[in-house]
Amino acid sequence: MRSVNGRTQRSDPAPSRLNYRLQRWMLTPGIRLALRVGVPFCVCFALGSAFLADQQRRDALNMFIVQLRASIQERPEFMVGLMAIDGAGSSLSEDIREVVGLDFPVSSFDLDLEELRQTIIGLDPVKSAAVRIRPGGILQVDVEERQPAVVWRSRSGLALLDAGGTHVNDLAERGLRPELPLIAGKGADKHVPEALALIAAAQPLTDRLRGLVRIGERRWDLVLDRGQRVLLPEEAPVRALERVLALNEVQDLLDRDVSVVDMRLGPRPTIRMTEAAVEDWWKIRKINGYGQ
Amino acid sequence: MTDLYHSQRAMRQMRRQALQRGVIAILDVGSSKIACLVLRFDGTGKLSEDNSIGSLAGQSGFRVIGAATTRSRGVQFGEVTAMQETERAIRTALQAAQKMAEIRVDHVIACFSGANPRSYGLDATVELEGQVVTEAEIARVLAACDVPDYGAGREVLHAQPVNFALDNRSGLIDPRGQLGHNLAVDMHMLTVDDLAVQNLVHCIKRCDLELAGIASSAYVSGISALVEDEQELGAACIDMGGGTTSISIFLKKHMIYADCVRMGGDHITGDISMGLGVPMANAERIKTFCGGVHATGADDRDMIDIGGDTGDWEHDRRTVSRAELIGIMRPRVEEILEEVRARLDAAGFEHLPSQQIVLTGGSSQIMGLDGLASRILGQQVRLGRPLRVHGLPQSATGPGFAGAVGLSLFAANPQDEWWDFEIPVDRYPARSLRRAVKWFRDNW
Repeated sequence: MRSVNGRTQRSDPAPSRLNYRLQRWMLTPGIRLALRVGVPFCVCFALGSAFLADQQRRDALNMFIVQLRASIQERPEFMVGLMAIDGAGSSLSEDIREVVGLDFPVSSFDLDLEELRQTIIGLDPVKSAAVRIRPGGILQVDVEERQPAVVWRSRSGLALLDAGGTHVNDLAERGLRPELPLIAGKGADKHVPEALALIAAAQPLTDRLRGLVRIGERRWDLVLDRGQRVLLPEEAPVRALERVLALNEVQDLLDRDVSVVDMRLGPRPTIRMTEAAVEDWWKIRKINGYGQ
Repeated sequence: MTDLYHSQRAMRQMRRQALQRGVIAILDVGSSKIACLVLRFDGTGKLSEDNSIGSLAGQSGFRVIGAATTRSRGVQFGEVTAMQETERAIRTALQAAQKMAEIRVDHVIACFSGANPRSYGLDATVELEGQVVTEAEIARVLAACDVPDYGAGREVLHAQPVNFALDNRSGLIDPRGQLGHNLAVDMHMLTVDDLAVQNLVHCIKRCDLELAGIASSAYVSGISALVEDEQELGAACIDMGGGTTSISIFLKKHMIYADCVRMGGDHITGDISMGLGVPMANAERIKTFCGGVHATGADDRDMIDIGGDTGDWEHDRRTVSRAELIGIMRPRVEEILEEVRARLDAAGFEHLPSQQIVLTGGSSQIMGLDGLASRILGQQVRLGRPLRVHGLPQSATGPGFAGAVGLSLFAANPQDEWWDFEIPVDRYPARSLRRAVKWFRDNW
């Protein structure tokens, strides 16, 4: 018998016990997955952590990233050189340039177009705006201006309002925009559509119309020349005005010596004559002997 | 008995787990080589509707994904003689097969040929409790079998019910659900030496593997080498291995007898080595390339270099004629076949309706063996190769792999064995109350 403990000379292909166990271990699905995914992940994580542990390297990395960003953003392809504004008058253009406040050239990455648009819309005279970057590095702003519809005289001065009652601009003096109707009184700007409807209804009296006055923030007075006023009710002022106009058509009411036509109570329209007219009337009654 | 019952049941449980995991290893521990196959189960192989076996014999449920063979060390006559060597050989084969399959295998089904298998025929008859044969009734009739005294140090390897009879009708394969009064069963039991099995089990355990089943190599090579009609009509499979020649007789698709002749190809090699005075490796090579059993006139002139490594030029340049070689081999082959004949006669093989004999195993590749075998064993002799299974490499399709392939089939579709049925209820003392109630109900 060969020695039990002695090494055999014959080469044996059998794997050692350790080798066998190791191979079986490496064939286990969980271990394979861990080696294929877990180990690379851990190594990358460890290397990354080690690199970023130092403040200086972290700053250098940040700096590098910032520079890389800047170098891409500041390429001439992405630069915006000037702003073109369409649809705005010269004064509004000035205003827009002032509020946008960009000093060109600027990178298109730094432009927040939506915020720019909101800023431009925030201007009173601007009704709507579209902002885009045109090829060739031009910031194109298309503006639609508000059209002033009435002049509003208030304690703080004259102002232009558009048809919706929004403030468009201040006005130095009435004579600059004589073609626009005048409204006055506190709270008048909140009812501009109604005022415009009244003015449209008062078309026959255009040459005599001085303006509309908001009384007590609830109803309108139509002011004509010669100090005549038409007091209109809160409800349905246009219909009341039309009644007055009809009376005027038939009986020339407003051409007579009447100071106030009071339409506040619909069932009982009232007129107030001037003092002279009342005295004349008394005189005539006396002459005619109608009195007591 | 119950101990064995439980250990076999545990192995069945292990096999079920392995099938769920989908990967199982097949280990054929032979005297000349150890073969390992790794199987992957894709789904259970289904029989077709008419209960016939479809393409690939219904074995399409699995696929061989790894195969490896290694020279066997420490195994003689199909039994482990040197544990360390055997363990190393098993490790080698398994590692190579795992490497090829690229998957770790934890469950292994093993087969071996030695350990003096001995067949017993058992039978029992019971009266059915109800009208219908249920699974519990089958378990009861199996438990009622009168187990012979097979001696100490022996263990039951297979216990398969091969035939059921219900009243006067015999030859039932599956009596479940049928009506009758008396159920009888014939069971085939195969016992082997206890220690040989335990040595093998220990070797496998030392390789960190779970044993999911153990089978006799005679049985599994019969499964793979016999075709279906041979299994049905009666045939003997003779697996001529390296150290042993296993015999199994099949009838009605069940093994009814198994035995083992403790002679094989290694003995032929040994004879050549002794007769010519050459090393075993040379003798093996000469046997493989030039061996045969029928000498013709041309063989006298066919000179073979027999070689040698003594360093003596004259000694190492000897030649023998092929006729001399055949003259050495033939008596040993004849002796093996005579011994097989004796075993078959003892088993009553001549009473079978068909007496087909199929030779398989590595030694069946000796040239002219079929002619010699038909002279000794009978006219109906053919050489068998194992069934083809999915993914089996070309190198593992030879007759030497009948055992490994058969074990794959056995792993995929095992036959019902005694331990696949529950222990009948009346074996449990706790159920005696139920019996009392039954007695009460029957008598009142």
